[in-house]
Amino acid sequence: MPKIQDKTNIICHHCGDECKDEHIFINDKHFCCAGCKTVYEILYGNDLCAYYSIEDKSGIKKADTVLEKKFDYLDDKDIQNKILEFSDKTLSSVTFNIPNIHCASCIWLLEKLYKLNKGIVTSKVDFLQKTVSVVFEHAKISLKEVVILLSSIGYEPQINPDNNETGKKFIKNANKKLLLKIGITGFCLGNIMLLSFPEYLGLDSLMDGNLKTLFNYLNILFSLPVFFYCSSDYFISARNGIKNKLINIDLPISLGLAALFVRSMYEILFFNNAGFIDSLAGLVFLLLLGKLFQNKTYDALNFERDYKSYFPVSVTIKKHGIHQCIPVSNLNVGDRIIIRNNEIIPADAILFSGTGSIDYSFVTGESIPEQKVLGEIIYAGGRHIGSAIELEVVRKVSQSYLTKLWNDKAFNKTESNVQQLTNTVSKYFTAVLLLVAVSSAFYWLGKDNINYALNAFTTVLIIACPCALALTTPFALGNAMRILGRNKFYLKNAFVIESLAGIDTIVFDKTGTITNSKDINVKFTGSSLNLCEEGMVKSLVRNSSHPLSRMIFDSIQIKDVFAAEDFKESLSEGISCCIDGKKIKLGSIRFVLEGLENSFCELKKEISGAAFTTNVFLSIDDCVKGFYSFSNKYREGLSELISDLSEDYKLSLISGDNSSEKNNLYNFFKNDEELLFKQTPSDKLNYIKTLQKNKQKVLMIGDGLNDAGALKQSDAGISVAEDVTNFSPSCDVIIDAGVFTKLNDFIKYSKTTMNIIKISFAISFIYNIIGLYLAAQGTFSPLVAAVLMPFNSISIILFVTGMTNFCAKRRKLL
Amino acid sequence: MTSIVVLIAASLIVAIGFLAAFIWSVRSGQYEDKYTPSVRMLFDDDKKPEKDDLKKI
Repeated sequence: MPKIQDKTNIICHHCGDECKDEHIFINDKHFCCAGCKTVYEILYGNDLCAYYSIEDKSGIKKADTVLEKKFDYLDDKDIQNKILEFSDKTLSSVTFNIPNIHCASCIWLLEKLYKLNKGIVTSKVDFLQKTVSVVFEHAKISLKEVVILLSSIGYEPQINPDNNETGKKFIKNANKKLLLKIGITGFCLGNIMLLSFPEYLGLDSLMDGNLKTLFNYLNILFSLPVFFYCSSDYFISARNGIKNKLINIDLPISLGLAALFVRSMYEILFFNNAGFIDSLAGLVFLLLLGKLFQNKTYDALNFERDYKSYFPVSVTIKKHGIHQCIPVSNLNVGDRIIIRNNEIIPADAILFSGTGSIDYSFVTGESIPEQKVLGEIIYAGGRHIGSAIELEVVRKVSQSYLTKLWNDKAFNKTESNVQQLTNTVSKYFTAVLLLVAVSSAFYWLGKDNINYALNAFTTVLIIACPCALALTTPFALGNAMRILGRNKFYLKNAFVIESLAGIDTIVFDKTGTITNSKDINVKFTGSSLNLCEEGMVKSLVRNSSHPLSRMIFDSIQIKDVFAAEDFKESLSEGISCCIDGKKIKLGSIRFVLEGLENSFCELKKEISGAAFTTNVFLSIDDCVKGFYSFSNKYREGLSELISDLSEDYKLSLISGDNSSEKNNLYNFFKNDEELLFKQTPSDKLNYIKTLQKNKQKVLMIGDGLNDAGALKQSDAGISVAEDVTNFSPSCDVIIDAGVFTKLNDFIKYSKTTMNIIKISFAISFIYNIIGLYLAAQGTFSPLVAAVLMPFNSISIILFVTGMTNFCAKRRKLL
Repeated sequence: MTSIVVLIAASLIVAIGFLAAFIWSVRSGQYEDKYTPSVRMLFDDDKKPEKDDLKKI
C-alpha cells in the first residue's frame, strides 16, 4: 500500500521539524530549509550519515548560510592568542563552547571532525560542559576555518576572547587536587587502621615488641603525607586568617590536628605507645569528604556571565563604502555598522537605513519585538530580526545605556564565601578552647605535675577539635544544595543558602520574571471579527515566520484555513494576500493604512491609546478592522506566591516598563508595597543599594541583562530562566521558570537548613563540654578521647544529612 | 612472625600499586568528564580499511 503522505506530516530529515509548504526534496529525503540540506550534503559527502541513525531528530536547524566574514576577526593574532590554549610549531589546541550540543549524535559527529578536514588531528567533546576541544595543524587549517567548519555543520561556537573561563578551570584544578588528597588520605587511613587492629582488639600485649615497633613506625610513615600534604589547606587557611586578624573555623581544626600529630609522635617515639594516628587520618578524611560534598557545581550552567559573553565579538562596519569586520571594542562614535538578521546590536546607535525589529528578550525579558523607525535610537543588546539595517554608533560599547552598568563598582567587589555563622561561632569557640587548654595545663603545672599538664593540654585540644562544627556546614549545605538542584533551583555554590536564609526584602523585576515570556496574550481591538474573517487571518499568518505572526496564529482557535493566493511579505512592514478575491493586509500602521486614512479615523482613539506598544493592524478589503496587541501573561500561581511571601518579607517591584500595568499589578501586590516603573538598569542597582543602606537584606529576582546590576548588588540574586542552559546574567541562583511559584518553599527550606546547622552546633557543643570536662581533669584516657571524636563527627554527619532530607520531604521537595 | 612482615610488605606493594593507579587516573583527567565516555563507548568503531587489507594479505 502506498504511503499517503499528508503535507503536515513531512518531517525534515535533518532537524526533525515539520516541513512547511516550501521544502526541498533530494535523495529521497525531505528538508525544511536550505540550511538543513547543506549540512546533510556535507555529511553525506563525507560518509557521515550514521549521524542520523544514532538519535532521532539529531540535526540542528541552521538559520542561514555561514557568513565567513563574520569570523574575520579570528585572523587577528592577539585574539588568536587569547583563544588558543596551546600552540607550538605544528599543532594548536582550542576549546570551544558550543551551546548546540544536545545529544549522542552531536558527540559522534563532533569527534569525527578529522573526517571533514585533514588538518584536524583530534576533537573531544565534553557533553555536560557543552564544549569541544580541537587539536589542529595550523599549517593546514586556520582557527577561522575551524570555526567556519563547525558553523557549517550547525555547531557554531560561542567565542569570547575576554572570558576564557579561567574561573571554571581553577575550580576544576582545585577539584582534581581535592580528589588526589582524598585518595591518598583514604589509602593511608585504610593501612593505618589495618596496622592498628591488634591495638583495637587489645592484642598488642600479646605481640612481639619488635612487631609492635614496626607497626608503629609504619603508622608514622603513613601519617606523614596525611599531615603534611592532605591537611595543608587547613593550616594555610588558618595562617591567612590570623594574618587578616580573623579567627576562622580552620584555626581550631589546625590546632587539633597539630596536637594529634605531635602527641602521637611523642607517644610512639618515646614510649612505643600506639598514638592517635588513626584518628588523625580519619578526621582529615572526613573533612576532605565534606569539602568534596560541598563543592558540587553545575557544569552546564554559568553563573558568571556578563554582557561580554552575550555581545558579539566583532561587527561589520562600513567605511568609504567598504564592509569590514572589526572587534566591537574598537568601535568608535560615528562608525556606520551593518546589523544582519539575528545579530545583536553592540552599541547604542541611531537607525540609519532599513526598518528595525528589535528583540530585547535577553535585556528586559520582553519577548515581543519592538519596531524601530529611521532616526530612532536603538539601545545596545537587542537582537535584530529582519533584513540588514545600517546604524550609526552614538556611544562606545562600554558607555552604552546598558553596558555602562558594568562600570559600577558592584562588579569589582570580590565575592567572599564567608560562612558568617560558622566563623562567628568558631571565634568564641577558639577563645574558650585555648582558655580551657592553657588553664588546665597551668593548674597541673601549679601542682608540679608536668606530665599531667602536657596530657591535659593536648587532650583538651584533641577532644575539642571542632570537627563536628567543621563538618556540619559542608554536609548540611551540600545536601540542601543537591535537593534544591533536583527541584530545578540551581545554586552557584552552597554558601548561597546562608544568604538566602538571611534575607528580609524581596525585589521583583516584572517582564520575564513574574510574567511568562513564552505565554503571550493576543488581544484584538476594533470591530469584532466573524469566524470567516478570523479564518482568513489565520490563513494569512500561517505563511509567515515572523514571531508576531506565529503568536497571532497560535491565538486563533479555528481549524479551517483557506488557500492564500498572492502572498507577499515585506520585511519589517507586514504581510498581505488574497483569499476568495478579498485582500487581507496585516502589519505596521503605515503598511496597512496606505491610502486608507479615512477609515483609520474611527479607530483613532484606541490606536493613540496604544501608541507605544507593539501592535499589528489588520485590514480586509481595504477596510481597517482593528489591531492586535500583545501582552505578557502573569505566571500561574503568582498571586498565591506573592501573598505567601508578603507574610514574612517586604516586597517591591522594579520594572523598566511604563506604569500601564500598574492596576493589574495591584491584583497581586498590596497597596503598601512599592511598585516602581520606568527604571533604568542603574536605577535598579541604586534602588538595591538604598535598601541595603537601611540594613535590609535584599533578594533580587530578575531575568535580563538590565537586572544584572541589581542581581550583583543584592545579597542574593536569583535569575529566572525559561531554559536554564541558555543565557542568564550573573547571579547566585538560576531558577527554572517552571518552578518559579515554589520560590517560597525554597527560601523557607534554606532557613530550615540553617536551623538544622544551629541545632547540630548545639549538639556538638554538648559533646565537647562533656569531653572537655573529662579532659581538663587530666584523667581521661587518650584512647577514649580518640574514639569519642570520630563518633562525634559521624553522628553529626548522619544527623544533618538525615534532617535535611527529612525536612525536604516534609516540604515535598524530595 | 616473619611471615607477617612478608605479608605486610606484599600487601603494601599491592596497595601502593592501586594508589598509583588512582593518582594516574586523576591526573590524566578521568574524573573531569564523567558523562561523555559513557556515550562514546556505545558508538560503533569505524571500519578501518587498512586492517581489512592486512587480513587479505
